[in-house]
Formats: sequence, structure tokens, C-alpha cells
Amino acid sequence: MEHTIVSSSKFNAWFGDNHVVKDVSIEIEKNQVIAVMGPSGCGKTTFLRCINRMHELIPGATAKGSMKLYDDEVYNMNPIYVRYKIGMVFQRPNPFPNLSIYDNVIAGYKLNGIKMPKADFDNIVEKSLTSSALWNEVKDSLHKKGTFLSGGQQQRLCIARAIAMEPEVILFDEPTSALDPISTSSVEQLFHELKENYTLIIVTHNMQQAARVSDKTAFFYMGELVEYDDTKQMFTAPSDARTQNYITGRFS
Amino acid sequence: MESRIGFRNTKSIIFKGVIVFFAFVVTIPLIIVLLYIIKQGVTQVNWHFLVNVPAPVGEPGGGIANALVGSLIMVLMASIVAIPVGMLGGIYLSENPGTRLAYYSGLCVDILQGVPSIVVGIVIYFWVVKPIGFSAIAGSIALAIMMLPIVIRSTEQTLRLLPDSLKEAALSLGVPYHRVILKVIVPCGFAGILSGIMLSIARIIGETAPLLFTALGNSYLSANVVKPMESLPHLIFTYATSPYDDWHNLAWGASFILLLFVLTLNITTKLITRKWNIQL
Repeated sequence: MEHTIVSSSKFNAWFGDNHVVKDVSIEIEKNQVIAVMGPSGCGKTTFLRCINRMHELIPGATAKGSMKLYDDEVYNMNPIYVRYKIGMVFQRPNPFPNLSIYDNVIAGYKLNGIKMPKADFDNIVEKSLTSSALWNEVKDSLHKKGTFLSGGQQQRLCIARAIAMEPEVILFDEPTSALDPISTSSVEQLFHELKENYTLIIVTHNMQQAARVSDKTAFFYMGELVEYDDTKQMFTAPSDARTQNYITGRFS
Repeated sequence: MESRIGFRNTKSIIFKGVIVFFAFVVTIPLIIVLLYIIKQGVTQVNWHFLVNVPAPVGEPGGGIANALVGSLIMVLMASIVAIPVGMLGGIYLSENPGTRLAYYSGLCVDILQGVPSIVVGIVIYFWVVKPIGFSAIAGSIALAIMMLPIVIRSTEQTLRLLPDSLKEAALSLGVPYHRVILKVIVPCGFAGILSGIMLSIARIIGETAPLLFTALGNSYLSANVVKPMESLPHLIFTYATSPYDDWHNLAWGASFILLLFVLTLNITTKLITRKWNIQL
């Protein structure tokens, strides 16, 4: 609880006239795993995409309010810089199909035209793939296309790609919903290791997953942040009736 | 009941037979044309045929070097203009599908695709030939205009098929928009764009009408782009309508070469699209 890394206050987001995130205020501390859960259409993914300004890329999407990375207002920063600092992993694995595994990991550098000695790139690739627990599986086929990997491996490749940029925060948008149970558990294990160095914000549909992996949980309902508390507290003694109803399965 | 089902089955079989029969029927003209051109043309083609200019009437031999060189130069010049412009236009259309500009430029592309090639020729005649005279440049401009809509539409269609997640992946890494387009979107759709380009070349390499009164034709080998230049289809047109047998043979040989170009381009395109599993 030393210090806050991402914080929002009175944050709102819209798709056209549709008000999807309403007055959300939240403070997220460094090196924690935060799960964001809630029923479909509750605005959790939209809120996540607002943090690294991916939301505004959708035509008609707008956002208002304060969103801070440390003490800097995210919406006053250059979106490109924001996305360097706040990485993202998507629902479906999306490695670049035209690039090898190696190039996928350093895609953030390559695509930005950042030049480095090859040894440095080798280092980044090995480090990132090791952190994403993929190195042992792919170290002999680094120059094969990334799309030859299995779904779970592709997702870990995407995590390595995000880690390679050395971000402060990594956002996960339902990272395991397209994966099989075995791949899911390997990705979940990763979260525990990654929080040593990064702050993870994970949107999930799956309550068990939220309970398993997170330190704190935020519950969104109808665009509002209903409750934000330690995961244990949330799952044993929620303070809001709506949270209670959700986690006991009265609605989903 | 039993007999009705039997009757329906018979109807199905007859219907299937009819479809298969007509599927064969439509390929027959193509096969006949191909075989006939190959039969007439293949005997004309040899090294001498490819490296010499047409001989005067009465002299044996002669070749189509002037038309080969001319066609290649003009197609190349048309491509240099039409490919970048067409790709950029296609990128705009696929990236901004909802805008008014996209709607109207898309409409223009469709209309341009439907404009008869002779009309393109006559427009270029007034715009380019009147001020600077019959020239390869005028021919190339006409061909580039013919090429543009195909390149634009195929680029647009290919890029539309790419999933948004690809773009998001790049943007989430902090890659600026122009680099996302140039380094991710275009390379991923490259096979499709390339097929479109090859199809457009296959289309214009056989165009005669827009060249009739722009590049005019030239019985000598020329690489001067501000002077009239021969092209394969134009050579075929001139020599096939002449009264001399030697010249008819020349036209058959040139037809064969032209056919070879078009078939190669089309088949390569098919192979690319199949290998990369894309649709056009």
C-alpha cells in the first residue's frame, strides 16, 4: 500500500449516447493484482481500455474525468507514451501473423523503429519469454512464425510482447476466456510471478479466477464501481447487496 | 409416398446432370480459344521472333521486339503511378468506411471501373495527346487510369478482412498510427494486395482501345517515352487486320505471347490467394 500507481476520479466514458462508465473513482496500488469483475456489459472492459487510451480509438467513443498514472493526467499525455507505460493483453491472442516469435516479442521496438545492437534484443527476447514462462517451449524455434503456437502459448507470447516494453502497468482484458483450462492455469500462475515487477489489472468474467489470482477486486455493475476491496473481504463479506447477489450467482 | 420420393430423387439427379453439363459447356469456348491460339501461335515463337522488329511486307521473318519492349515500358510506367496511388486510396477506404469522402470516392471508383476503355482513351487524347502528341506517356496514363480502380478495391477489400485485433495489438504497444498501417496492416495484407496488383496488370496488358489514339504504335524499336510506342495488343490489331499472311502469322505469335503473360499472371494470383487463404 506504499503508493498509488493508477487512479481515477469521477471518470466517465460513453459510446455515442450510451453512458457505459459512470463516475468511477478508484486507486490502484503498485505491484498488486487487481481483478475487475462484473456481469456482461457492465463497463469493465471499457474502463480498462480507458486506462491506456485505447477506448478513444473506437469511432464515437468519448471519455471525461480524471485518470492518473502516478501524478500525471493520462489524458494530457501523448497516447503513444501512455501505451508505452501501460501495456495491454487482449481477450484473444493476437500475435502478428507476419512476424516470427522473436520479432513478435520485440515488436514494440521494431514497429517503432527503435534500433539496438542485436545482443540487446536477444537479451530482451530471452528475458521477456522467460518471464512469460514460454522460453523453454520456444527457445529452439524463435524464428518460426508466432501463429504456429497453440492458443495458450500465443497468449503468453502476447504477454511477453507487453513485458518487453518494460511497462509500469499491464492491462489484461479477459486474457483466458479464449483458452483451454490447462493454458488458463499456466497464464494464471504467471500473474503471481509478474506482480513482483508490474502492476496487473485483469478484467475477468470468471469469479473463481478473480478469487484465485487477485489481491484486490473491483466489482462493476451497470457502469458503476459498486465495491472495491481486498479480494478475501469481497468474497467472504461483501458490503454491498449487489456484490453479494453477484458472487452468490443470483445474476450473472 | 414411396414412388413420390423416387420421383424426387430422379428429378435431383437430372437437375445435377444439367448443372454439370452446363459447367462443361461454359469451359468449352475457353478451351477452344486457348487451343487455337496456341496452335496458331506457338510455331511462330522463337528467339528470332522475340528480338527482332517486324519485317516489311514480302520479307520473311521479323518479330515483335518493339511491341514487347513497348508493352513492358508502358505497363511499368502505369504501375509506378497506379500502384502507390491505388494502395493509398484503398487504405483510406478501408480505414474510414463511414465518412462521406469514402462514400463518394468509393462511388467514383466503381464508376471509373465501369467506364469503357475507349472513353478513357479519348479523354487522354484530349488531355495529353493534343498538347504533347502521341506518346508512350499518354498510353501509360490511360493504362494507369484503367488500373486504379482494381488496385483500390482489392487493397480495400483485403485490408477490411484483417481483424481489428491486429491493429489494436500494435496500437497498444505505443506504435503511432502511420507505422501501424505501414508496418503491420499493409504487410499482413500484402498477399491480397499483390494479387490485386497482378490482376490489374493482367487486365491492362491486353487493353487495346485506350492505346489506339494515345501511344499510337510504332514499327520500330523505341524506348523514347515522348514518342509513339508499339504495344502487344496494338500490334495484334494492326497486323491481324492487314491483308498479308506473314503479318497474320506475326499477330498469332504476338497473341500467343500476350496470352502467356495473362495466364501466368492469373495463375500466379490464384496460387498466391490459395496459399495465403485469402479471398478477393
